[in-house]
Order: sequence, then structure tokens, then C-alpha cells
Amino acid sequence: MGKIEWAMWANEQSLAAGLIYATGGIVGVAGQFRGWQFAAFGIAAGVFVCLLEYPRSKRRKGTSVERTGQYCFTVCVKAFGPLTRNYYVRAFLHAALCVPGGFMLATVLGCVCLGIASLIYLSAAIHGEHWEPILPRTEQPKSVGNSIKEPPQNPPPRPPPELRRKKVDKLETAVYDNPMSVTINE
Amino acid sequence: MSNWIINQGLSAFILVVWMGINIFLFVYFYLFYDLGPQFEYTRELLGSALPWARAPAAVLNFNCMLILLPVCRNLLSLLRGSFICCGRTMRKQLDKNLTFHKLVAYMIALMTAVHTIAHLLNAEWYTNSFQGRYGPLATKLSMLGDSRELNTTYLNPVRSNSTTPTILVFTTIAGLTGVVITLALILMITSSMEVIRRSYFEVFWYTHHLFIVFFAGLVFHGAGRIVRSQQVTDPPHNNSLCENQLENWGKTADCPVPQFAGGFPQTWMWVIGPMIIYLCERLLRFIRYMQPVSYRKIVIRPSKVLELQLVKPGFKMQVGQYVFLNCPAISQLEWHPFTMTSAPEEDFFSVHIRLVGDWTEKLIKMVENLPEGGQGPKMAVDGPFGTASEDVFDYEVSMLVGAGIGVTPFASILKSIWYKFKDSDPKLRTKKIYFYWLCRETYAFEWFADLLQVLEKDMEERGMRDFLTYKLYLTGWDQSHVNHAMVHFDKETDIITGLKQKTSYGRPNWDREFEQVQQENPSSVVGTFLCGPQALAKDLEKKCVKYSDVDPRKTKFYFNKENF
Repeated sequence: MGKIEWAMWANEQSLAAGLIYATGGIVGVAGQFRGWQFAAFGIAAGVFVCLLEYPRSKRRKGTSVERTGQYCFTVCVKAFGPLTRNYYVRAFLHAALCVPGGFMLATVLGCVCLGIASLIYLSAAIHGEHWEPILPRTEQPKSVGNSIKEPPQNPPPRPPPELRRKKVDKLETAVYDNPMSVTINE
Repeated sequence: MSNWIINQGLSAFILVVWMGINIFLFVYFYLFYDLGPQFEYTRELLGSALPWARAPAAVLNFNCMLILLPVCRNLLSLLRGSFICCGRTMRKQLDKNLTFHKLVAYMIALMTAVHTIAHLLNAEWYTNSFQGRYGPLATKLSMLGDSRELNTTYLNPVRSNSTTPTILVFTTIAGLTGVVITLALILMITSSMEVIRRSYFEVFWYTHHLFIVFFAGLVFHGAGRIVRSQQVTDPPHNNSLCENQLENWGKTADCPVPQFAGGFPQTWMWVIGPMIIYLCERLLRFIRYMQPVSYRKIVIRPSKVLELQLVKPGFKMQVGQYVFLNCPAISQLEWHPFTMTSAPEEDFFSVHIRLVGDWTEKLIKMVENLPEGGQGPKMAVDGPFGTASEDVFDYEVSMLVGAGIGVTPFASILKSIWYKFKDSDPKLRTKKIYFYWLCRETYAFEWFADLLQVLEKDMEERGMRDFLTYKLYLTGWDQSHVNHAMVHFDKETDIITGLKQKTSYGRPNWDREFEQVQQENPSSVVGTFLCGPQALAKDLEKKCVKYSDVDPRKTKFYFNKENF
């Protein structure tokens, strides 16, 4: 299926799954359903997954499009180092988080979606992908060379003085044409 | 404001009508289930969660009917042809089919969310009701069994104490199909995100075929008839009286046991039409796929551009149309769109294909290894399909803007102009054409520059130099270009293209260009056509609105955009 980076789709799927998990959890808690404890866990897990998945990874090839305001999330996620970098860990984490959702109807959909996201992340990990933070490039201010501060030491090269002063009767042999007269008396 | 009305008015109107129908359906069915007497006992068990589930269901029926229609491109092509009488504004709406498809998809997603949440509540409350948590009337109603001997019909789908909401959902047709199609919908939506679509179209395309699962499940979703309404019995059951006489049900004349029956499934009535239409659409694509296509000529242009000249019996095209190509040797299932670069007056059709991804790379490699004069790999062609460029001859004045490879539809148009002029075709309403070509690098110019050179010469010979004004912009210039231009500035022809019209560097100043067109054509209707990036489309659209005047004596700009 082409040179797909599976992690990109896994990221979209897990973000959606997190939202669905949390929404199902809210319904379960607000409606005081039986097994609302699982729903409460669903809310926590859903929110956690959303926070983890919000920052997009940098793509291996091509331009990466950031989500709005993802920079602070990037910094947080980056702080966990190999735990968040490795997709095997993420696949396992999502699989573990989704299991309690299966015990209650309201969170079942979130459970299945997160499970599917976990499988796609597993596929991404098998293909050797990993999470890279998108960091703003620190532009080097274009430093002007030091030499611009010093005045030139030598005049620019010019032809010898005999040829420099243009004689009116010798226009054809002149090296260049003066826009203004260079003789003093004219 | 008035300029906005000219350019966007009809789209806005259609959106308002669509939204109006959605709102009407929602409110009507909400009130139907909230106030209808046949649901009074159901409401006793479920409260207002019942209408909250049924109202989005109605909206979902409507939108699932609509969603298949904008993607039937053969049907749309047919509609475009038959709208020739109804003016270009109507036909322009058909260009926005994908936008409408996405809008309807968002509505489906939203309504699915509301519907699912309401049913979560329903499942929970049905279960609680059966377990006697909601008072005597609810319990009595839930206890009504489904038994022919006792002549009772059930109301509560939960029939046993051990049924949990989860079990209820997974053992009913409605519940099971509901979960499956919601899952299919979620997968379809996540893989349709712009990021995925633009980078890995195959994932989007293959996952999107889950719509087959979606529609199959949708049609059977109501088959279980799980929403039950009260039937009229003989003698009638007086609800308000019998609510307080639970012990007398079935024993007095006033209160026979209430009977319930499931509602007839209706979704299939909404979606069967579009499903058949879509099936016909796919069938038509398959028939077109089977027809033989032969190669007239294959040319490998510089800068990895491949020109294919193809012949297909019975193929008729118009300017600026596109076809879908499928090469079974590369991939059985992938169809890729390409704008045709030949004019309808020619007896073949050609496409210029640039190396962009997997499919194009394999095609170019296959063609490079062909023997001299050999036939290319077997190719199937679906189309042609029309887009905005068909309208270019309807405008008195046209501004054509092509960015990079986006210039291809205009190659077809310019060639067609050339043929029409030679034949003095009276159908040509166009009096003046302004053509802007924006390109980042010089090496992509060659194949198009040849065409422009021929046109340039021909225009001069006929003394028609004013008909076509073209400007070329090299947006990716650097110092070496500057040096080269400085040295050769006094040559008559352009150093890059060899054309008489000099290449400009950098991006065009659109304000100046629009002003120039406005001045030179004071009372005309000007059509602006773009094939290029989205950012440029927004820019040009704004300028069209800015420089248009409602006054019919002044210039009016209309904006048309191609999109793949």
C-alpha cells in the first residue's frame, strides 16, 4: 500500500478513540449506569490518550503538519523519552487501557476503537517507525561578515591614469565612457 | 456583500435548504415520539431518551440517502450536460460535489453520536425498568411477556434479569448492526482526514470501501423492530385510566392488556434508490474499463513528463475534461485522474503524466523499457468527466491561471481555440483570453512552450495578436537566472522559453492584473479559471469578489476552480 507511515493513521484513530472513550465514560457516569466505575476509568483513560496523541510526530519524508497549539504537548510528550518514542510501548499501553472499557456498554465502542489503534501502532512499530517531536527550527540570524565594518584598504582596480582621463578627440580609443566630464576646465 | 451574493449565493442557498430539511426532520420526529400517544407507555420506561434517539435517526436516514449521490461522477456528468439550458451558476454547484459529500458525512457523524448516546441511555433504562427500579407501572409494562397463549406482546426488549445492557446490544439485530456500522464509520472518518488522504491515498481509498459494510448494516438495522408502539385494541385500552389500575389489566372491560408491535423498518426506503444509482455508477465504470484502448503515440518529455496519445472507439470529449486511468499491470484497483491535454477537434486524446508517486513512477519505468514503436501496457479509461473549464467559451473574457502542472487543462483549451479559429467556429463567444502560467522551475516549461510558440506564430499570421495575452511567471528564480537575464536582456525572444513574450520573475501582482483586465474590458463578464493550489484559489476568489461590480454595466468576475 505504498510507503505509508502507519503511525499517521494510528495517531488519527487513537485520537478519535480517546474522544469516544471519554464521551462514553461521561455518559456512563452522568447517567449513573451500573458499572459506572468503568466509565469513570474510561474518562480518565480517554483524556490521557487524547493528551498523549495530540502532538503529531514528525514525518520521515515530507512536510509534517502540526496540530494547532501542539507545541506544549510536544514538550511534555518528549520529556518521557523512550517511553513515548517507541511505538511498541504505545501499542501495549493502548491495548491495556482499552480492556476495562469492554466491561460496560457505554465504553465498549471506545474500547474497540482504541484496540484497533493499538493494532495499527503495532504495525507501525514492526515497520520500524518511531515518534519524533516537531520542534521549531532555530534560525541562525544571518550574521553579516566582520569585514563589512572596516572600510576598504585599497581602491578598486582602475586602468592606468593615461587611459583614465578621456580626451575629447580620442573617444574611440577610450576604455569607458564618462557620464560627466572629468576635465577641470569644462 | 453584493459581490458575495453573485459568487456564492446559490451555494449558500442550497446549504440553507439542506440544513432546513435536517432541522425540520429532527424537530418533527422528536415531537412525534415525544407527544405521540402510541408511545406513552414507551416513554414511561425511557423518558425523553426515546425521541432523542429517533430524531437523529430520521436525520441519518435523510443524510445517508444523500451521501452516495455526490460521488457518482458519471451521473453528475450527465446532469451537467442536461443543464446547458439552465446557466452556468447551476452547473458550478456540481463542481462542489466533494465539499457537499464531506458536509453530509460530518452531519452523519454528529447524528450518529447523538443517536448512540441516546441509545446507551435507553439500553440502561430498559434494563433498570425490568429490574423494577422505576416504579410499579414501569415494572408492570416490562413484565408483559411475548406469549401467544396469554395474548400478550412485550414492550421491553429486555426479557430476563440476567440481561445487561451489553448483552442486550449484542444479542439484538439493531444493537449488533449498530455497533458494526458505527465502527465502520469511525474507521472511514479517521482514514479520510486530510493528512492521510493527501499523503497516502490508497489507505483512504481502500478503507473507505467499508461503506459497503455501513450500508448493509444500515439497511438491516431496523429489521428487529425493537422500537415498539402501542396498538389499538378492541375494546380500547384507556391509558390515563388504566395507569392507576394496574391490577385490573386484562380483567376489566376498560383495561384490556395493552398490545404492542414493532415499527416497520423504514431506512431501506430512503437509501435503496441511491444504492441502486451508485451500483449503476460502478457498473458503468466497469463497462468503460472493459473497452479496448490503443496507443497512438508515446513521448517521454524532459523533466519526467510522459505524454500518452490514446485512441478509444466512441470516445468524445470536451475541453478541459479529465479521465481516470487504470493500468492492471501496476494495480488492479487503482484509478487515477488525469486532465486531457488534447483538443476535442483531434482524433485522439492525450494526457501528460508527471512523476509524482508510486503509480506514476511504475508507469514511466514500464514505458521507458518498451521497444521502439511498441504498444504500451494495457490501459483502461473511464470518463471523460467535466469540470469548470468546459465553461470557458461562454465568457466574453476569460482569465486562465495555471500553476505548474495545473496548466494542463488550459493546454486543451488553447489548442481548441486554435482549431476553432482556423474553422471560424461561431460557437466561440470568447473575445479575449488572458493566460497566466506560474511555474517554480524552468525545466517544466518545454512541452507547453512548444504549443505556445505555434499559437504565437499563428496569431501573428492572422493579425490577431490581441486575442490571447499570456504572461509567464517564474516563481523559483535565483541569482543564476538574474545573471543570465541581464546578459541577454536585449534579445527578442525569451531566453527560457524562446517565446516573444518575456518571462516575468516572482509571483504576479494580482491586484494589478485584475485592474488591467477591468480597464481593458469595462463592461464584460469575466470568467476566472484556476488549476492550482488552494492558497492561490483563496487569493483569486477574494480578488474576483473585490473587483466585481453588481452594476451590470461594469465588469463582473466569476471564479471557477478545478480540484483533484
